Amino acid sequence: MKYTPWGNFPNTQENSVPLNWTGSPLPLVSDSCLPRGLGRSYGDSCLNSPGLLLDCTPLNHFLSFDSEQGILKAEAGVTLQEIIENTLPKGWFLPVTPGTKFVTLGGAIANDVHGKNHHIDGCFGNHVLRFELVRSNGERHICSPTENRELFRATIGGLGLTGLITWVEFQLKKVTSANIDVETIKFHNLKEFFEISEESKNYLYTVSWVDCLATGDDLGRGLFMRGQHSSDGDFSSKSVNSQSPLNVPFNLPSFLLNGLTMQAFNTLYYNKQFSKLSKSKQNYNPFFYPLDAVRNWNRIYGRNGFLQYQFVVPHESGQEVVEEIFKKISDSRMGSFLAVLKNFGKIKSPGLLSFPREGVTLALDFAIKGPEVFQLLEELDKIIISNHGRIYPAKDARMSTEMFKASFPNLDEFLKWKDPNFSSLFFRRVMGETKI
Amino acid sequence: MKHIMIYGASSAMAKQVAHLYAKRGDRLTLVARNAEKLETIKSDLETRYSAQVKTIVQEATDYDSHSTLFEDDLPDIFLIAHGILTDQDKAQSDNSYLLNQFHTNFFSQTSLLTHAANAFEKRGSGTLCVIGSVAGDRGRMSNYAYGSAKAGIEAFCDGLRHRLSKVNVGVVLIKPGFTDTPMTAHIQPKGALWAKPEKVAKDIVNAIEKNKPVKYTPGIWNYIMFIIRNIPRFIFHASRL
Repeated sequence: MKYTPWGNFPNTQENSVPLNWTGSPLPLVSDSCLPRGLGRSYGDSCLNSPGLLLDCTPLNHFLSFDSEQGILKAEAGVTLQEIIENTLPKGWFLPVTPGTKFVTLGGAIANDVHGKNHHIDGCFGNHVLRFELVRSNGERHICSPTENRELFRATIGGLGLTGLITWVEFQLKKVTSANIDVETIKFHNLKEFFEISEESKNYLYTVSWVDCLATGDDLGRGLFMRGQHSSDGDFSSKSVNSQSPLNVPFNLPSFLLNGLTMQAFNTLYYNKQFSKLSKSKQNYNPFFYPLDAVRNWNRIYGRNGFLQYQFVVPHESGQEVVEEIFKKISDSRMGSFLAVLKNFGKIKSPGLLSFPREGVTLALDFAIKGPEVFQLLEELDKIIISNHGRIYPAKDARMSTEMFKASFPNLDEFLKWKDPNFSSLFFRRVMGETKI
Repeated sequence: MKHIMIYGASSAMAKQVAHLYAKRGDRLTLVARNAEKLETIKSDLETRYSAQVKTIVQEATDYDSHSTLFEDDLPDIFLIAHGILTDQDKAQSDNSYLLNQFHTNFFSQTSLLTHAANAFEKRGSGTLCVIGSVAGDRGRMSNYAYGSAKAGIEAFCDGLRHRLSKVNVGVVLIKPGFTDTPMTAHIQPKGALWAKPEKVAKDIVNAIEKNKPVKYTPGIWNYIMFIIRNIPRFIFHASRL
């Protein structure tokens, strides 16, 4: 069956079996297996051809919710959307959310997702109280920060390679509203971005959109958004669900996305706001999940798919590195509509292979139009590695073995806890293995 | 608030039906043979909807236990959703397998329906609903062991509906087409005719609401089965359906 990752690259034929009950034993496999949720990873970390995919979406039972303490126990295939719809009316929100709610709990842990509040709350893994992990030898382990601690740390950000997470118990965040009071501030260059970031440290949510096609004096211009939950006590949602009326029904021809259309879009986006600062109140849906409103937005990049590139570099070299990379992307004229820029905070995730670290992170898309894109990203990799940065495995489909091994210092420790019968295309690629 | 009893509650369709009733605040009694699965479904419904859920562990072919379900706390709606997909090849070569299939797919349903019908008749209200199949509409070489059990259920329901029409008790037969459930997980690939259990569940709840005697779900199976039923035998026999 055809299963594609969110970036539509690579394209593989995958075998998949649904898992319906957490108590059932894992299917016997001759080669390897890999748990899969909603397949929102951009690259090959959610693929395993010719091995087997374990479809976890039927594992979607809620098990218990303590509405006093905000502790939810649910099976790994439950989606963030279902969780929000269930707990937000009771005053509890996700402790950390990525830019889409169409991911499963298991996926949120396996990729140790982060969000706009990383500088205050860390990663998703920082809020996980415990989970059950089933290994291919049939053993079941309850993992927590105190029990089976090593497996706990290896599984958070472990890309599904340590076994199957069947259920998860985690701490939700008490909030005062489903709405966010948002301030949007224009910045003209990266220096201003870092200044505004510094003075916005106490805002719960911060993120920036940057026009990475702008050159010269405009290099690094963008919009800085910072927000807090409103105090209006309104817990309703303006629903953005999977049945959203906006849809991209098929892959668009790639000529629609070219330097001119993107530049026009970015200029419009940047100039949609005239004043330096604007204030608004937004429902959580448009604030956290603007792209969820357009189903299958990934198809705008055409049949060949796209690569998303997200890196983090430490603050010491942050501004110069980001500037250098902007220049390269802007010269190449291959970059995306918009880039997302954010400062990560100090909080360390328990995850051994967790991507976030203190520093500045930038994420952007590249339509795959030819080999030049891969060459460009190779060059960017070199800059990042020489500045002690790393790129996000959940979004990767191309990084080299050297890049991966150099940027994840806990890799050797992780490998001790990896399940021998769990694997992925990503894992085999970055480990330089050709066979399973 | 109604009381809904679902037999075979861990099946994919039954689970979705339970969600719909729990969501609108109805009280549920779920019956299935696996206690662990029942507990999981119960927690799910309780956590999501604060639903009132009771569970009963029972084997469908344990006929003696059937009557206990209707001794007290009689439900308003009784839905029978259990069944297994018969392996036709095995049924042709293994006679005891064939007969056992009829226990699970036909005898148990008739026994349960009879106990429920008697209780509902006495009370003078309620709806009985059974999940049959389009496979019961015409025997086909690829699955007539399964199909004939479902055809038997249809005739049984016809008669029961006739009898209970005198006392205001409804009998609803659901005929799903291809449905993407664990029972059919091994069938690949799944084409455009395959429906999600969520869709089938909505149709079940609607059919019960409207007291429809027979409901094909999704609706397109009305037309498909009309054609299948009416293909002349000499053409039908040229196929391997």
